[in-house]
Amino acid sequence: MLIRKKSDILSSEITPQEVFENRREFLKAAGFGLIAGAAASTGLWSWQAEAAVQRQKIGAYTKTPFGAGEKPTPYDDITTYNNFYEFGTGKGDPARESKLFNPRPWTVSVEGEVKKAKHIAIEDIFKLAPLEERIYRMRCVEGWSMVIPWVGLPLAQLIKWAEPTANAKYVEFISLADPKTMPGVRVPILDWPYVEGLRMDEAMNPLTILAVGLYGEVLPNQNGAPIRLVVPWKYGFKGAKSIVKIRFTETMPQTAWMKAASSEYGFYANVNPTVDHPRWTQSTERRIGTGLFSPRIKTQMFNGYTEQVAHLYAGMDLRKNF
Amino acid sequence: MKTPDKKQLFRIKAVLFIAALIPLARLFWLGFQDNLGANPVEFVERSTGTWTLVMLMITLSMTPIKLLTGVAWQIQLRRMMGLFMFFYACLHFSTYIWLDHWFDWAEITKDIVKHPYVLVGFSAFVLTIPLAVTSNKAMIQRLRERWKMLHQLVYLIAILGVLHFWWLVKKDIREPLIYALVLAVLLGIRLYYKRSARTGRNMATRAVPSSS
Repeated sequence: MLIRKKSDILSSEITPQEVFENRREFLKAAGFGLIAGAAASTGLWSWQAEAAVQRQKIGAYTKTPFGAGEKPTPYDDITTYNNFYEFGTGKGDPARESKLFNPRPWTVSVEGEVKKAKHIAIEDIFKLAPLEERIYRMRCVEGWSMVIPWVGLPLAQLIKWAEPTANAKYVEFISLADPKTMPGVRVPILDWPYVEGLRMDEAMNPLTILAVGLYGEVLPNQNGAPIRLVVPWKYGFKGAKSIVKIRFTETMPQTAWMKAASSEYGFYANVNPTVDHPRWTQSTERRIGTGLFSPRIKTQMFNGYTEQVAHLYAGMDLRKNF
Repeated sequence: MKTPDKKQLFRIKAVLFIAALIPLARLFWLGFQDNLGANPVEFVERSTGTWTLVMLMITLSMTPIKLLTGVAWQIQLRRMMGLFMFFYACLHFSTYIWLDHWFDWAEITKDIVKHPYVLVGFSAFVLTIPLAVTSNKAMIQRLRERWKMLHQLVYLIAILGVLHFWWLVKKDIREPLIYALVLAVLLGIRLYYKRSARTGRNMATRAVPSSS
């Protein structure tokens, strides 16, 4: 006898196989992520995720003599060892956590003490001036350094385009703080958004650039895509990343790190081997990419750019204005 | 839980011994594969420092486990874990003076004196030396009560060790906070039991009728 039993599951209730598989994948990923996250957050183990990010060449840029005699730090080191707290405070976090970040489309708002507030799309910044390669030393306040082949344009070019008024004494750089795509912003480590600033003459100095690329390629997310500030004679934290606002002001901007610890981080933050930080020695530095057995090297005044910038600080007490 | 016999205890110790060497083996493994990241010296320093703290916390957890559960046999593992703490502290300190500063004594002295986090870390390390030296049976028998007093230094070492990590980080204190909380719990359990033992004693004294 054949017993026909009606199925008590409607066909519409049956989970399609792919959804089922996806769910399993998701659960697996979530489970692994939890364990990995817990382990990583205690710092016992750390993973280096393989980046599957597309790399895009920059069409045209001119070479410059900057960085002659310096050996650029390997691309992998520059793009896996980052301080970019919007994506997490671990050095490896930015590379891992910024994969979903999309720096296109992007516009930068130019405001404050300017003839007329305006916006500029990233594509138009690329066309504002011929792009140049600038191989610069980068010294982090934590006592390590790199040599980075940036591609960018002088900040002075954008300032000219922005037409600041006579009242503009400082330039303030404000980074994106999007909790949806930047997990670090969900944690109140710093007073978001990240703010940095320069005195007008520092901003106009020919060494100061807005970088849009490195190693001849479009700037990777973890390095501050799509546009970041590079001021090679100052500690790395002055280089605001993923800039969305450039504001000209009459008074000195309060930067994110000044707000966080004014006794440790000053507005000027010039590389200076004679002014020590409460945590790190500033007389020497570790050059990234030179391996486990290479000794530290001596840190140079103004990171070796004395000739180009010392005049900016003539008569100033750099101990007080650190 | 059943107390392990001599043979079982030996096996437990052997397994623990090998397990405690895994972090070091991992460093060698990653090192030979050139896989210590962009800043290998920092990686080794961080890793050996982290495991020093972990071993220290394990060492300090033996007594609270006894207080909470009444199980006491694990106390016999304490010396080994304490010595592993010292072992990782030595690796940490060697990395600092060798790979980080290449025996530049002037620079090292300046670093220790001028930077509070280095100073407390260095102090903690120096304080572990007498503890490691007096960790054998002969010394325990020779020093007796003084041995107990001396080894109470471990609490100070633990506080300095956590402070060393706390003052090192720039802004994100979440990771050192974990160690601070674990330490607070471990010391808190001890204090709680000590205090309740004392009040218990007081009550007992009061309860004794005075005959004189």
